[in-house]
Amino acid sequence: MNDFFFARSQMAMSLGFHIIFAAVGIGMPLLMAIAEGLHLRRREPILLDLARRWARGTAILFAVGAVSGTVLSFELGLLWPSFMEYAGGIIGMPFSLEGFAFFTEAIFLGIYLYAWDRLSPVVHWLAGIVVAVSGMLSGLFVVTVNAWMNAPTGFELVDGRVTKIDPIAAMLNPASLQQVIHMTLAAYVATGFAVAAVHAFFLLRDRSTVFHRRALGIALTVAAVGIPLQIVSGDMIARMVAERQPAKFAAMEAHYRTGAGAPITIGGIPDDATMTTRFAFRIPWGLSVLAQGDARASVRGLDSIPRDEWPNTRIVHWAFDLMVAAGFAMLILAAWAGWLWWRRRRLPDDRWLLRALVVAGPFGLIAIEAGWVVTEVGRQPWIIYGVMRTADAVTPMPGLVLPFVTFTMVYLFLSLVLVYVLRREFLETHPTSIRSG
Amino acid sequence: MAVEHTLGAVILAALVVYALSGGADYGGGMWDLLAWGPRALRQRAAIEHAIAPIWEANHVWLILVIVVLFTAFPRAFAVIMTALHIPMTAIVLGIVLRGSTFVFRKYDAQDGAVHRRWSTLFGAASFFTPFVLGLCLGALASGEIRVIDGRLASGFFAGWTRPFAVVCGLFAQGLFAFLAATYLTVDTEREPDLQADFRARALLAGLLLAPAAALTFVLARDGAPQIFAKLTSWWAPFLVAATSACAVGALATLWYRRFRWARAAAVGQVTLILVGWGLAQHPHIVVPDLTLSNTATVASTLDALQSALALGAVILFPAFGYLFYIFKRRTIV
Repeated sequence: MNDFFFARSQMAMSLGFHIIFAAVGIGMPLLMAIAEGLHLRRREPILLDLARRWARGTAILFAVGAVSGTVLSFELGLLWPSFMEYAGGIIGMPFSLEGFAFFTEAIFLGIYLYAWDRLSPVVHWLAGIVVAVSGMLSGLFVVTVNAWMNAPTGFELVDGRVTKIDPIAAMLNPASLQQVIHMTLAAYVATGFAVAAVHAFFLLRDRSTVFHRRALGIALTVAAVGIPLQIVSGDMIARMVAERQPAKFAAMEAHYRTGAGAPITIGGIPDDATMTTRFAFRIPWGLSVLAQGDARASVRGLDSIPRDEWPNTRIVHWAFDLMVAAGFAMLILAAWAGWLWWRRRRLPDDRWLLRALVVAGPFGLIAIEAGWVVTEVGRQPWIIYGVMRTADAVTPMPGLVLPFVTFTMVYLFLSLVLVYVLRREFLETHPTSIRSG
Repeated sequence: MAVEHTLGAVILAALVVYALSGGADYGGGMWDLLAWGPRALRQRAAIEHAIAPIWEANHVWLILVIVVLFTAFPRAFAVIMTALHIPMTAIVLGIVLRGSTFVFRKYDAQDGAVHRRWSTLFGAASFFTPFVLGLCLGALASGEIRVIDGRLASGFFAGWTRPFAVVCGLFAQGLFAFLAATYLTVDTEREPDLQADFRARALLAGLLLAPAAALTFVLARDGAPQIFAKLTSWWAPFLVAATSACAVGALATLWYRRFRWARAAAVGQVTLILVGWGLAQHPHIVVPDLTLSNTATVASTLDALQSALALGAVILFPAFGYLFYIFKRRTIV
């Protein structure tokens, strides 16, 4: 464990922490805007109450997201100065645009949270729409930067020097569209399932509470519409990765040996030394179909990649399987809820469904974390795919264990406090007094 | 003006707005920690009321400084974040603790003791962060961060550990405390007793700023010689005179209870101090080796960034105007 290891760990930990708040910061404003919009149409006071309650939770999470995002903008330079020196001029543009999107989000969230009584209902709702759109846009811009690290374009290298920079082309790199769609949907789905779990929990205690019924209806709709789209988007992004980043794709699938009619490998223990995966479940020809749409097609394995350019197969493969498993579990739940709704034309409140929803609460967030591990660890040893190695980007600063431990402790502390505060927000003040008529 | 100089000016302008808005939020945190007297609780409430809707938006100015710096001047960003790794890490820790304790305090205040605990952390981080920010700016001006053959040659302690940087840190704290107290005299117009409290605090901070400014000036002779030498330029006497006029004007108007004038004078004072620092430092980002032109990225990116900033400004200024119109309309002159 050297400074390089601690630099990577600190970056991983900071991003892993921030990504939750970023996703919720994209998802919650949509839920709030839907609730408030429904209130404008139906004039049902409980919907306004719901928007206000959600807004309280969002305020807390957004603040932590804002400051942990600031940490990241500093850490890019604190931990990876050579990367920023190289890439700042190429890919700084979307960061600047993200700055403005975030500005807009922060300004209108301030208005949304504190101006309930100062604005007309429609104007207040429009402020909420601005928050939702700008939140989505700031996520979009940041994801294009990550996409560029996977598919670096928009510049030319002449004698090791970066020239002919086209910042727009860098932002609109070949991975951008797929990654942006996948991450944006992930934010909506994960927020939808997490919120649905909270309200399903209260409905299990008392299924007649209108407040929680409305809340579950909105959250579950967003989640259930999002998850099938997300599965399709996942398939598209996998094809893109198979084509552009064969090492990452091979590691995701624990696919060691190039060959025709490749199977899908699920689970198991990949072993780089023997280039086999023990105890895995295999679907014959699956990988060839998945990657090329042809059961006899050949799929590149890790054996086609120089050994020093392999990512960590076990981490990438397991994280990938975890993401896919969580995704399909959510898809099944959504289908179940959709089926119940279609049959009865009212909110599905079957006890077993509610129980399953409570259990599935963290699935979306787990899938986000796992998917982010797949794309980041899968890109290693590169920080800019095929251009710059992560090890060459790290700061010369010694003693990086110190900031790593410090930030880990601080983030752990913040997480504990957040869980405690949010729990109290929900448990102690939830409006059980309002029943359906 | 060449595009890199325009972008340098944008960075300075964003830093000035950050000091005027975000800086005052730090100052508010300091007065929260120091709240004393029979109206301590009401002082805290007034501070919270003034900061809560706007602090997150104000904070984004700092992010703007960072992203424009690394997009337009990536080499300077890499050197600054390496040479000042330690204080910059301290700044982000301060930012995290300040922001999160502020919301925890609001939403986790079951009783007075819990509220006090979060307030103490919030106040401590509000004191600490501007001090380190001042350390870093002092270090950039010191001339001790050296880059030889494209590599940082002065290690991880250059500049920011010197007495000059320390007085810059104290000066930043003093300025922000002064700004906050002055703003709060206007925010509390309808509560004369609170207004009197903040007037006393603003006068106290303003008076303490005079010796701090003098000390910064004296230490700059050795601590930032290149900057100090610039003070013989033609513009220097005008700038010093204007800054002093603002400083004296702010104190006088506070004394005579012309609070809106005091606020304007304080804004002028802080702006002139930062602009003066920017002019003295120009064209250097890190004195003496890194300038705007020798660290700027290629022209295509600079032009694109300039357009993006212009476009962003078209959205940003009306949005900010609206925010302040909603929450501060009563107090806007």
